[in-house]
Amino acid sequence: MTPLPLEGVRVLDFCVVWAGPFATMLLGDLGAEVIKVESPFVMQPMTRGVLAHPPESSIDAPAPAGAFPNNELGPRPWNYTTTFVNVYRNKKSVTMDLWRPEGLDLLARLVAECDVVYENNATETLPKLGITYDWLRSIREDIIMLRVPAYGSSGPYENARALGVHLESVMGHTLLRGYPEADPTETTPIFSGDYIAGSQGAMATMMALWHRRRTGEGQLIELSQAENAAGMLAQGFMDYALNGQGPARHGNDSYYGAVPYGVYPCRSPGTAADGGDHWVSISVLNDDQWRGLVAAMGSPGWATPDLDELAGRRARRDEIDHEIAAWTVQFDDYDLTTRLQEAGVPAAPVLEASRVHDDPQIQARGLFGPLELHDEIGTFTYNRPFLGFSETPLTVRQSPVAMGEHNEYVYKEVIGVDDEEYARLQAAGHISMDFDPSVP
Amino acid sequence: MTSTTPPRVGPLAGVTVLDLTQNIAGPYATKLLAGAGADVIKIEQPGGDPARRLGPFKDGRPHTEASGTFYYFNTSKRSLVLDLRSKVASEIIGRLVDRADLVVESLRPGRLDDLGLGWEFVRQRRSDVSLVSISNFGLTGPYRDYLASDLVLFGFGGEMYSMGSPDREPVRMFGTAALVESGSAAAVASMGALMSGAVHSVGQHVDVSLADCQVGGVDRRHAWIMSHEYSGKKGLRGAGSVGSGSTVYPCADGYVELTGIQLRLDRLQDMLGNPEWLTDPRWSETGAFYDADLVGEFQAHMIAWLIERTKREVWAEAQRARVLCGPLFSVDEIYADDHFRDRGFFETTEHAVLGSVEIPGRPFMMGASPWPAARAAPLLGEHTREVLTESGYGNGQIDELIASGVVESAPGAEVNA
Repeated sequence: MTPLPLEGVRVLDFCVVWAGPFATMLLGDLGAEVIKVESPFVMQPMTRGVLAHPPESSIDAPAPAGAFPNNELGPRPWNYTTTFVNVYRNKKSVTMDLWRPEGLDLLARLVAECDVVYENNATETLPKLGITYDWLRSIREDIIMLRVPAYGSSGPYENARALGVHLESVMGHTLLRGYPEADPTETTPIFSGDYIAGSQGAMATMMALWHRRRTGEGQLIELSQAENAAGMLAQGFMDYALNGQGPARHGNDSYYGAVPYGVYPCRSPGTAADGGDHWVSISVLNDDQWRGLVAAMGSPGWATPDLDELAGRRARRDEIDHEIAAWTVQFDDYDLTTRLQEAGVPAAPVLEASRVHDDPQIQARGLFGPLELHDEIGTFTYNRPFLGFSETPLTVRQSPVAMGEHNEYVYKEVIGVDDEEYARLQAAGHISMDFDPSVP
Repeated sequence: MTSTTPPRVGPLAGVTVLDLTQNIAGPYATKLLAGAGADVIKIEQPGGDPARRLGPFKDGRPHTEASGTFYYFNTSKRSLVLDLRSKVASEIIGRLVDRADLVVESLRPGRLDDLGLGWEFVRQRRSDVSLVSISNFGLTGPYRDYLASDLVLFGFGGEMYSMGSPDREPVRMFGTAALVESGSAAAVASMGALMSGAVHSVGQHVDVSLADCQVGGVDRRHAWIMSHEYSGKKGLRGAGSVGSGSTVYPCADGYVELTGIQLRLDRLQDMLGNPEWLTDPRWSETGAFYDADLVGEFQAHMIAWLIERTKREVWAEAQRARVLCGPLFSVDEIYADDHFRDRGFFETTEHAVLGSVEIPGRPFMMGASPWPAARAAPLLGEHTREVLTESGYGNGQIDELIASGVVESAPGAEVNA
């Protein structure tokens, strides 16, 4: 059988929240054996949920924190937490208590069998445990280590803590997204910085593997999440680079001034209060597409020839948006999409997340599939790999992993622990599929 | 003219990429490969990559060589102008495939096949070279031929619906951020394809759908999709993100982002100087930060403290107390910022038309194989003659190709050839 691109590569995963786990998931999708190292004594916040043992009242909280399978907490909520379960596929999990010297010894034995160590904790977290690049290198000289500090391991912001939202703010995103005239305090927090850092961390890992293959050298890679996020504001940075001026917020308008370009209301089964408001995005990028749109609308009288060129459309932009909205609101968003695309106009429904599974394209592409996870919570639909490789299709080789699910494999087969030692480590609490009762 | 062939440094030194991408997402993927030291040979059709017609332009004046968009997404590449519809295209592309380690394209689905230069062509020529095809909705499925934009893809991907206010339309990110996200995923696919070819001698046709990269990529959409699947609860527009209704706060000279401060009230206490109000046990109760009245009370206390301090003062206090916080900076503030200056993040490139252009630099730092200095985006056809010469074409042949209009060479490159 043709091997997956990263078959034979073993990655040790000390990742938290989204940026790191997304990277190691991509490596896992591509065939690497990713082993997530966890501790039964430490609940990493925002990684397997907020609390290991959430109170019953959590079920009443809004989504996503209050969304549990079948609206029940279940015996091990951390194994299927809404916010994180979809970055845990194609990974294995082992537990050890790294806060004890014995745990660190076990880790050293595991490191010796690994190619890559990936972590995105606060900068001081792993060094405090003694896990540094130099230590890893003393065990395995050609090890590749990725660190993903928020801002970098040097410079004035070295120790500043951040989730994706904070570094996106520092890197200029937050001031630039959202409605042009709204106050920044109304901005919705999103985490696009985790997407870009995660994907580029996976890419960096492969670049280091490439370099190691050629030279035999491992290395330490530092991905400052803030610096990494700059690419998403490319046009803004370039405007400053070329003209010394910072960009302005433009909302749904085209950065490049295309008209019409926006989100328009559709016939809706509900309202924003119940997630039932439907919208279609329309982008007219050139004059041909404009003519397509006019034809799709049935050549209304207001679409006079002066609008056939961009300058004319810019001059009457508000009026055009108003007229288009009055037209779109009569129709279903999918019907409109079909009609507009057939007329050569870029358009798509703005999908509320619960509608994603039913989309014909998403179904045809197989982006989601049913799995039965752990603890008899039942069968639900989870994300699947989204990159298409012709000779080695990427699949879910391992369902989103339960904590400690691969203890036996990792201890016995990877680092060669015998049955007796395994039993002892189990009794000592290193090996477990549950959090210690002391963990809240 | 001295050769502009990339020096063999960086993690991808020695790698050759044949680049048939245009616009934004595809070029971003190959820009990352070029930045890492790969020799990326960009094929532009006569007239050039359409991105050359996108702003921001130097002094606001449109010009083929003055596009900020083209510049950013094409640094460190070489440009060869070739009419892919011409009879000699398959010979030239074939010779380039012969020396390539990877081919990346973002023409509309099926277009490369129509030109006789698609996956069959590549695999016949080199069984160990992959072709990465980047498209709006992928090479299969009912939307295969759908047109898209940054807005269309971001809206489709499930993230945008819940951005903005419930009484208004959903709203998106700046610029073409979603295309950059998907382009970044395309770079992952490209590296995977490169590994497959080099390590396993298996070339693959890789189908990267920019829409799939949105739907499948990390962000709140994951959580919202799963929330509904598990419990029927939806992610509504205007709701907080991960358990906090409060995020961006005003301060004396701007704004600060404080998502997640409720996770460690002990640290917040420290940051604020142990105020009496925060010792109230109500703040520690489960669900306190889902209660609109309580959140309002909390915010009023916070704002009273924040409004007397600048964003940098607030952030300094937050760093001291290890509280999650980030000031909202503008692009000009970032360019001037000591942190990024100290770390050498910005890089100056020299461009024949635009002069010195200081751009955001390497996306990460590699200890043993540092990225080489970035080179300016290529002039249209700047490397046509050079690349054809390397591919075994003699000067006479190249002159003929140029005379026939099949290939174009930059005037500057001609003069100095």
